[in-house]
Order: sequence, then structure tokens, then C-alpha cells
Amino acid sequence: MTMLERAVGAAVARIEGRDKVTGAARYAYEYPVPDVVYAWPVQSTIARGRVRVIDGDAALSQPDVIAVLDSGNAPRLQPTDDAEMAVLQSGDVAYRGQIVAAVVAGTLEAAREAAAAVRVDYDEDAHDVMLRTDDPQIFAPETVNAGFPGVLDVGDVERALAAAPVAIDATYSTPAEHTSPMEPHATIAIWDGDALTVYNGDQGPWMTSMALAALFGLPGGAVSVIADHVGGGFGSKALPRPPTVLAALAARAVGRPVKVALTRQQMFSLVTYRTPTIQRVRLGAGRDGRLAAISHDSLQQSSTLVEFCEQTVTPTRIMYAAPNRRTTHRLAQLDVPTPGWMRAPGEMPGMFALESAMDELAYALRMDPIEVRVVNEPSADPESGLPFSSRNLVACLREGAARFGWAERDPTPGVRRDGRWLIGSGVAASTYPVYTMASTAVARAEPGGGFTVRVAAADIGTGARTALAQIAADELRVPLERVGIEVGRSGLGSAPFAGGSMGTSSWGWAVSKACRALVKELAERSGAIPSDGLETQADTTEDLQNRKQLSRHAFGAQFAEVRVDADSGQVRVDRLLGVFAAGRIVNARTARSQLLGGMIMGLSTALYENLEMDPQSGDFANHDLAGYHIASNSDVRRIEAHWIDEHDDELNPVGTKGIGEIGIVGTAAAIANAVHHATGSRQRHLPITLDRVRATLPR
Amino acid sequence: MRPFSYERATDSGAAATAVKDHPEAMFLAGGTNLVDLMKLGVARPATLVDITRLPYDRIEHRADGSVLIGALVRNSELSGDPGVRERFPALAEALLSGASGQLRAIATTGGNLLQRTRCPYFQDVTKPCNKRTPGTGCSAIGGLHRDLGVIGTSDACVATHPSDMAVAMAVLDAIVHVRLADGADRTVPLSEFYLLPGDTPHRETVLASGDLVTRVELPAPPAGAVMRYWKVRDRWSYAFAVVSVAAVVATTADGTLREVRLALGGVAPVPWRARQAEQVLTGRHPTPELLRAAAQAEFAAARPLPQNAFKIDLATDMITTTVRHLAGGRQA
Repeated sequence: MTMLERAVGAAVARIEGRDKVTGAARYAYEYPVPDVVYAWPVQSTIARGRVRVIDGDAALSQPDVIAVLDSGNAPRLQPTDDAEMAVLQSGDVAYRGQIVAAVVAGTLEAAREAAAAVRVDYDEDAHDVMLRTDDPQIFAPETVNAGFPGVLDVGDVERALAAAPVAIDATYSTPAEHTSPMEPHATIAIWDGDALTVYNGDQGPWMTSMALAALFGLPGGAVSVIADHVGGGFGSKALPRPPTVLAALAARAVGRPVKVALTRQQMFSLVTYRTPTIQRVRLGAGRDGRLAAISHDSLQQSSTLVEFCEQTVTPTRIMYAAPNRRTTHRLAQLDVPTPGWMRAPGEMPGMFALESAMDELAYALRMDPIEVRVVNEPSADPESGLPFSSRNLVACLREGAARFGWAERDPTPGVRRDGRWLIGSGVAASTYPVYTMASTAVARAEPGGGFTVRVAAADIGTGARTALAQIAADELRVPLERVGIEVGRSGLGSAPFAGGSMGTSSWGWAVSKACRALVKELAERSGAIPSDGLETQADTTEDLQNRKQLSRHAFGAQFAEVRVDADSGQVRVDRLLGVFAAGRIVNARTARSQLLGGMIMGLSTALYENLEMDPQSGDFANHDLAGYHIASNSDVRRIEAHWIDEHDDELNPVGTKGIGEIGIVGTAAAIANAVHHATGSRQRHLPITLDRVRATLPR
Repeated sequence: MRPFSYERATDSGAAATAVKDHPEAMFLAGGTNLVDLMKLGVARPATLVDITRLPYDRIEHRADGSVLIGALVRNSELSGDPGVRERFPALAEALLSGASGQLRAIATTGGNLLQRTRCPYFQDVTKPCNKRTPGTGCSAIGGLHRDLGVIGTSDACVATHPSDMAVAMAVLDAIVHVRLADGADRTVPLSEFYLLPGDTPHRETVLASGDLVTRVELPAPPAGAVMRYWKVRDRWSYAFAVVSVAAVVATTADGTLREVRLALGGVAPVPWRARQAEQVLTGRHPTPELLRAAAQAEFAAARPLPQNAFKIDLATDMITTTVRHLAGGRQA
């Protein structure tokens, strides 16, 4: 008997890699569609008010122009909870850049030129676009994103803080950040009677099909979403955004297929960004470092259209043991575009504050920052009291410390120099919840001896397609080459989106289940395959319901070494090292890429990313990639991602926890802590720009 | 995008004629800035006259140590030119610190000089901007201006000139050779080539319609001089200068500054030659106190705004570090 090598765990190159580098892989905008026309959005130039009149005559008189749509003549949509999707349904303006009209024309260029000729008159109201702590309209939502309670209060935090021998009270802030995936949002919408086909840059084709069906008052199966290849999303393509709705709406209106593609500039107001946050963290500890109290409050913003409150303080609820804990969210609904999911919503900004504060506590205690975390390691989930299915934060800290050389570190801040450079290092913890949603999948044995697996997953560049094929190959006990995998289409069955780091766990579970059923059925037929193949379907809804009540989270530790130019204040990250405990790693190659990508995005948020609101115009002023800085290649020096072997049988049959987001969590705190170690000054506000650093350097 | 016609000029005279009598005609060289501005609707030419076939694509090193750089020489070629790297290293450093490899391979010398500000309001046709649309007002002064100018600015405009190359050329006493629209040749020192904004920020250079930059001349640097271009920016590549300093320093045996030239980027509407500072420093020993005094003299006329006042302090530190390192005979 030959032993078959397991595909899961191997470093497999992306199945579609060759197609991508040779240009054969098609993205949403690239499908050839006969008779297609082009829609270009006209965006509001006020931040609050109403459209008084739209004059499209000049636009309509231009060559190739087919229609000018506005709230007066656009097709009606069904009511929706997500008011961002109610495109051209009213003349109210809730933010600058909102779609108030659209031009449909025979060419992209004609549509664009004519859109500039549409005259829009407004009744303009004064706008309020700046997040500030003294805004009287601030309120505390009962629940926040993903259904978490807005406020949790256990014990008596104030008394415990007052009595604590060592206390930290610090305010941190993170700016608005933009998802800015490499592929700008693009859609082709094609109606055939009451059936709609949408080629879309999409993180969740099945869920988008359901949302669009509801919006257009159609049955679920009437909308087909095709997202074979997606050039990144970072959360911004998880829900259909206004440009997708505009394409479908315009195609309905003109009776021809319509293409919409956003420019980079349009992306900044029309698709998802991360809310800015202002966070206060208070920690009270004994001299032994044990926390008596943890208090974490976050203020953030949403638009007036949608009450989206990022779950910023939720990681604090599960990180450390303390008898007294209070965690609160507050929200201001401003005249701004709607924020939403951006890689690790909640964990990224929340853990910057918490893990910076833990470092401050370590220094106040004169304790090693790793040991402070270790002594506060909880035996069960502090919030729910449930046991953790597995929790290897300490193992990650220890493994990272050994790899990084932490033992040789002198904790004294501001004393290491290399010429004009100040040198320092820092550590922070990472965490991310294990989300899993029900999915369906189909496995087929083909008459020729091959297998086909179908699941409405989305591969947004993560390597999901390849990972799912690996899972299938192992369950089918065949080499990877014999497994054909189909993803990216809503018609493949119900499935969640690529978000919450749950793709591989959710889709993989269904794939695993379908393949096991197929293997069983084949065994019962002694391997005989009917002439039209043999097919099994799986749905994990009940499996999920029958899981044990446990707290399921991934953990990690990140270490940073930085140098700070004492003359200019510029910060350079010489080294980043992350160790993660995220269950089974399905594909060592694409997993490393995901973790490194997360860490680089974390570095980018630490030092660069800052979507700047212009108080006068109410617009994000730096709305292009020259003004909105993300890390470039030369900003990333030595970078390593490692993982520990974590076997957790309480997750799903594959044993995965998810790796798409944890890499961005904690990175900014590790870097900020390293800057403190280098300079002796705390950086509590992101991004850590050179002027902020200079303001704290000794003169 | 507005429809436009495209012509390829075969000689300078035809190119000048095609632009001079047509206010909506523009020269096109590398296009790395102009094409972006056309997409944004900031530039709306009716005609583009492609000048890339004109014979201004050579670098000519002359026996007297000077160099003549054709206006169509690509930034990548200029930064890699052995003679430039050896005798004008600050220029090579400046070029390599700008843009990206792809952009430098297509951007030209003349186009680099004439690139427009990256002020976000200038680049957004939905917002007031005196430089783009005279008389509409400046959005930056009451808006976001951390990256904008602190000196040489006006109540009408606080935009900065974005070029790195031009800052190095300013410190190298560059002379711009211009073919006037009528065919006559004219030379303009770079220090007189750009106009301060005053109340006409839309007028940026002395060039008139149809005038064509043909070459940039760099005189031989002072004997024994060392030079450097140091750019401080918000990330380590592919970002415009927060502040940059170009310096040429020649010292006597006892360490006195025999000659010192300074130019600054990121702080002004033009590549800013710091002549006040030069005056304070020339003939003196570059002590930290004197360097601070020199920078203070330079910035006595500064008009910082709330978000960018730090640039003065940063520029002061950069001038101090750069001159001291160069005077010490080392590249900083």
C-alpha cells in the first residue's frame, strides 16, 4: 500500500497563479459582453443637504450619451437596512461623494466627460464631519458590529483602579484608514428579463446575490454573481457597495448591459474605510503585575445613513484576566461616508490601544512586557467564562522571544544609538476570533477518474481556491492534481463571504463533509461511478449548531525592532517577527503570505495610513495613493512569520482557525512600543509620523 | 475625458507654432504628470504636441566641467550618467529619491522642472483653488496643509513645488535654456525661472506660450566642493519630500566655509535657494549655533500654518546636519 502524501500543510503554489501572471485570469471588469454600455457616477459636492435640481441637458447633448439617471428617474429599489445600497432612491445627501446621479454612455470616456457636465444644485446644510469627544450627539449603541454588546461592566472598575498600587490611564487614537484593494470596485450587470447576472469584484458571491435579489424584489435564485478572480478586498467587497447597485440599476434603466468601474479617487468615498477611534485605556495592577481592573472605552464614527459601530474593545474582553472590567463603545453619526469592515475590524484599532497600554503597565511595574502578559493569562474566557478550545498566546510569546532574541534586550528606553539612529524593540499580542458560518459544498466523482468540488467561496487573492482543493484531496485520498475546484459563483450554493477570517473554516468544513460523503458512497458502490458521475452535497448548518459551547480564538505575538532618526524623526522598522497559533495551517505558502501581508498592513497602519478628513469640504482630502500612504517595498526590511503546531479538535474537521486578519493585529502596538524603547517617548496616536516623533525627541 | 488631438512634432519650430497660437494646446513629453492631470480634469488641452522626437535627448559633458542636459533626457538616464554621478552626485541622489523606477524611466528633465504641485486641492476640480481656477480661493489654508509650504507662499496659495531634481539643480546654479516661441534662444538662471505665487499663483514660470525648455546647464561645481541631497519623507520610498535639503560645501584647510550653497524642497512654491542662510554661513565655521542662526535668518520671512510649522524646525535640523557632515569632509 502506498502512502499518499497529505496535501494539507504543504506549501502549494496557487492553482490559478499561472493564469494570473499571464493575464488569463479574468477580473470582473474584463469579461467581454456584447452591447455593453458604461455608467459613471456623479458625486455630491456637499456633505449634507438635498439635491434641488439636476440638469442633465448638457450631458445628454454630448455624443454617445444614453441617459442621465437621478433619484427622479432611476428604477425603484426595495427598502433596505443598508441605506448605502439605496442608490439614487432619494435626493438627500448624507456625505460628500455620495452618488446623486449617473451618466450612461456608449464609451467609458463619453460617460466620464458627460458626468462632469451634469449640473447639480443643492440646498446645502451645515455639515459635521470631525470626530470629537465633546460632540453632544455621542451615544452608546446597545450592540455593535457582529452583534457584540456595546457595553460590558463587571465588578467595580473605579474602586479597583483607585485602589491599585500601579495604574495606567492613557488615551490613544487611530485615524480613518482606507481598504484600497489593488483592484478598484468594478461590476458588469446584465439583465435578462427578471434575471440578473453580475460580474463583480466580490468577497461573497452568494451573499451578494441574495442582497441584490432582495434589493430588486426578485427571488433568491434570480441573481447570479460571478467573481472568479478578485484583486483584494480587505472587507470592502464583502457587502455590495454603491457601484455594484449602480451598475444593476443603470442596466435596468437603459435595457443594456452596464459596466461600472471606480477610479482610485472615487473609491475613497464610495467604498469601505475604517472608522477613526479615540480610545481611553485604564489598567490597575498589583505590584506582582496582576491586573485588578481593565477599563477600555472607544469613541468612533459612522455615517447618518447606517449605524455601524466597530467592535473595537471586544478583544479586551477576552485577552486578560481581571476581576473588574469595563468595556464600552460610543458612536457619533456624522456627515461622512459609511465606515465598515476593514481587515480585523475591532481587533486592529482595539489591540493597538490595549497592547500599548500593557507595555506602559510593564514599564510602570518595571516588569518584562512578556511576563506582564503571562501573569495575566486567563484560565477561561474572561467574558463568557467558557473554556478556550485552545489558547497558545504564551507559547507564541515564548517562541517569538526565543526567535527574536528578546532575552538580550535591555529594557531601558532611549539609550541605544547607532550613529544618529535611536534603536529599540517592542512586543505586542495578537488575537482574532474564530468565526465560522454554515456553508454548502458539492463533491463529484467524474467518470474519467477525476473529482470536482464546488463551493461558492471567493478567492480574493488569499489562496482560498488552492487551500480548499488541498482539503478535498486529503478527504478524497487522491493527489491534488485529480481535484478540480470551482469557486467564485453564487450558483454553486449557499456560502458565506470571505471575511472574518472564516473562509477556510466555513467552506472547508462543507468541502470536507461533501468529500467524506462521496468517499463513503463510492465505497458502498465499490468504486463504481455512474456514467454521469456521482455527486454528494453537504450543508454544515446542523454541524455548527451542534458544536460545543467554547471560546474559540487565535492568538499570536509580534516583535518589532525599529530605528528612529534623531535628526529627522523618521521611523524605520528594521525587523518584524510574528508567531501565531491559528490551528492547522492548510497551505504553508499562502498562509505565510497572508500572515506577512497582515503584518505589513499593520506596519503600514503604524507609520503611514491616515485618511484625512477636510473639515471645510467634508471630503477625505488625500483621496489617492500618492496622498494616502501605504507601506512600500522599501519600508519592509526583515520580516518573518512563524506558527506553532496547534491541534484543536473543537473547531471544524480541518482544524483551522483562520489567518487572514490576525497578522494585522498587534503590529502597530509592537512598533509603537519599540519606538518608545528607542526614544523614551510614547506614541499613542497613529500613524507615528515624523512630526509626531520629533515633538517628543529631546532637543 | 475631454477629446483632444495629438500631433507629433518633428522640429522645434513646428512644435512652437502648434502651441503658441493655440491657448488650449500643450507640449507633451513623458506625460507622467500631465496625463494624470488630464484624467483628473485639471488639465484640459484640446491639442497635445508630442515633443519627444525633438533632438534634446543628450547629456553633454564639457571640458570646463559643466554639463548640458537635454530637456528630453529621462530621469533614469540622468541619474545613471557616470559623469553626473561623479561630479554632480547631489543631482543623482535627488533624482533617485523621486518617484519610482517606472516613472523615472519615462519622465524627462524638462517635464520634471515643469511638473505641477501635488496639493490635493489643486488636483480636485470640485474644490476651490486659486492656482487651478484663479479667484476661487485657497482651500488649503483653512483645510489640510501639513504637506504644503511655509515660505514664499501667499494668501492666495501655499502649494509647494514637488520636484526633487529641481532642488538639486537650484543648488547647482542651473541655467535653463529656452527656445522662445519666435525661435530666439534665451537662458534663464533657475533661480529666476520660477515665479512666486503672490496673487497670481496660476503663473508658475517665466515661460510664455510656445516657449520650449531645451536644455539645462549645470556649471562646474566649485573646486573641492562636496555636495549632498537629503530628502526626508513620510515613507522610505515613493513619497514627496516633507523637507529636502541640497547642499554644496567647500571648506578651507582650517574648516571655514569657503563656499556654501543651500536649497530646500518641500517648503516653498519653488525650489527654494536659501540665500539668507548662505550669507550667514559663508566665511565662518559651521558651529551648530551658527547653523541654527543661519536657518533662523532664512526662515525669518516664513509664513507657517498650524499644521506645517514643524517643517521650519525640521529644515533647521537638516541644514545643520547636512552642512556639518559636508564640512567635516563626510557625506552625511
